[in-house]
Amino acid sequence: MANSDAIVGWKTITFGCHILEPGNAANFRTGDWRSQRPVTDKEKCIKCGMCWVYCPDMAYSQDEEGYFVANMEYCKGCGICAHECPKDAITMVPEEG
Amino acid sequence: MSKRVGIEVSIAIAEAVGLARAEVIPAYPITPQTHIVEHLSEMVANGELDAEFIPVESEHAAMSCCCGSSAAGARTFTSSSAQGLSLMSEILYIPSTMRLPMVMVVANRAMSAPISIWNDHQDIMVQRDIGWIQTFAENGQEAVDLTLHAFRVAEDRNVSLPFIVNIDGFTLSHVIEPIELPDQEDVDKFLPPFKPRYKLDPRRPITMGPVGIPEVYTEAKVAHDMAMRKAKRYILKAWDEFAEIFGRKYNPVESYRTEDAEILLVTMGSISETAMTAVDAMRDDGQKVGLLRIRLWRPFPSQEFRKAIGKAKVLAVVDRCLPPGAVCGPVGAEIRSLLYKIPGAPKIFSFVAGLGGRDVTVARFKEIVDKARQFAKKRPRELYEVIGVREK
Amino acid sequence: MKEVRIHGRGGQGGVTSAELVATAAIAQGKYAQAFPSFGPERRGAPVAAFIRVSDTQIRTREKVYTPDIVLVLDPSLPGLVNVAEGLKEGGIVILNTELSESEVREKFGIQSRLAMVDATKIATEELGLPITNTTMLGALLKATGIVDKEPLFEALEKRFGRLAEKNKKALERAMNETVVTG
Ligand code: SF4
Ligand code: SF4
Repeated sequence: MANSDAIVGWKTITFGCHILEPGNAANFRTGDWRSQRPVTDKEKCIKCGMCWVYCPDMAYSQDEEGYFVANMEYCKGCGICAHECPKDAITMVPEEG
Repeated sequence: MSKRVGIEVSIAIAEAVGLARAEVIPAYPITPQTHIVEHLSEMVANGELDAEFIPVESEHAAMSCCCGSSAAGARTFTSSSAQGLSLMSEILYIPSTMRLPMVMVVANRAMSAPISIWNDHQDIMVQRDIGWIQTFAENGQEAVDLTLHAFRVAEDRNVSLPFIVNIDGFTLSHVIEPIELPDQEDVDKFLPPFKPRYKLDPRRPITMGPVGIPEVYTEAKVAHDMAMRKAKRYILKAWDEFAEIFGRKYNPVESYRTEDAEILLVTMGSISETAMTAVDAMRDDGQKVGLLRIRLWRPFPSQEFRKAIGKAKVLAVVDRCLPPGAVCGPVGAEIRSLLYKIPGAPKIFSFVAGLGGRDVTVARFKEIVDKARQFAKKRPRELYEVIGVREK
Repeated sequence: MKEVRIHGRGGQGGVTSAELVATAAIAQGKYAQAFPSFGPERRGAPVAAFIRVSDTQIRTREKVYTPDIVLVLDPSLPGLVNVAEGLKEGGIVILNTELSESEVREKFGIQSRLAMVDATKIATEELGLPITNTTMLGALLKATGIVDKEPLFEALEKRFGRLAEKNKKALERAMNETVVTG
């Protein structure tokens, strides 16, 4: 029998192809095709959280010091956070390789 | 008690949708569907029907609203015709694989150009493969009954698919005839409230309509196809239950005077009634002619159709659609492929008739049968024949 | 089965006449169909509507090609359209006209049985409008037994509400004034 590329069977695929587990995108490395990454200049950052609000992938979370840090497992490198930051604290830098 | 009234078929369909307690009706008017949605909007405006009537800006929006409404768990109805139906086309494939139940009555109409508002089946044949269940009504009573049946089947949790009831534009939609409008109590018995398997609910979030990557898409489509095949069982079951409550029994393929018939006409929709009259006339003439009427078009009732052929030697399949450059009309093609290489299968001849409002009369059916008889003796040069076309 | 073709002009209510007769016949327990000549209607343009009435189920969706009865709402139409076209042997043409039988036969060349009434005059006097669709139903009742008066009146009441009385009166007058030839 020829190999199948399928990752799920027609009998086991969810009804209507729905995704029944909310937020299950967190289980996948959705940011592995990024070409640029955001880098925050802590000197300029005022911890306002706009980057956290605007990130379409909810990649940001706050560290112990109160700074917002993007998780590179999920960041797609879209640059929205850099665009929205009121202090221009975020720079998009090219990914290596 | 149900009441027998003289009523325009479009109005009767709207009344049936009211009896079905539709909750959301997004619709855009187009001839010859107009009277159906006009009457529904009146019923909602007058407070006779507790539903949201959404006067959308286009058919594209109508079908999009239907998807949202069904996904949110509301009993959903719309109606369209011809170019309007085609404007929905982009969306039509979506609720079916997403398993969103809804009912649409299509008042069948020719496709422009040239501009035509009149009846044939070209509009629905464009949408043959959208993965909706589809039936064809022969008369006003059926239009009403099949509409109720459609809600019942579409929303059955074992089926959960969108459903189109086809009615011929004008030749059905605009005719006043006697129709028994069922009782609300009986309809409620037949049609329980809509309880979807899944719905969009902020308390229990799910995602509907995600991307289907190549590693998933085939399986999603096969699951849909299998759901369609499995649906037949529930379509038949709902017709049985309909008969118990309302006393009218429907079958996926209806036979008329097929016993000992050598030639069988095959029709779909309202020309079937005229075809019965034609068969009676030919029988009176001593011709062994019968008629098969296809009521369930999708999923195609293959088994029932094969059985209904009996010992007939010739099938004359009448299409109300001319697909330029194709092998033959879509119904003809379906039946040819169904019976291909089956031992003892009849000869199949494909005819195209009744395009863009051209009347299909008793005389035309006789002509079709005569031609089929000739073709059975001497193979025709073409794979189909357009009936009543003028040369010069 | 009896087949009727109604000739009128767009806006004259020919379709309503057909609807009234069919719903009345159905209320009477018969089978009936009423349908317009399908398509867009222009006010004033000649249009047709059709009725079939039968004691048994009607199993045809053909247009009406060979009517038993032709009902003409507008006096100017027989000069424009061949109103007797396809009329069955023994069929009848019912005209709204102020002309006499001999004048009608000479002017329009109609050879079949005829029924005639000046419906425009009656409608103008009774309804205040030269709209003859309900008045001409009186002529239809007088000349044929296609439907009974009571169910037709009920259909009129349902359709016209308060205005039904006037229409009924015009219809009754037309019944009395219609002349049916042999
Ligand atoms: S938007 Fe800019 S300033 Fe605000 S928290 Fe983010 S990086 Fe800091
Ligand atoms: S670049 Fe885009 S995805 Fe990455 S953290 Fe910024 S907003 Fe989020």
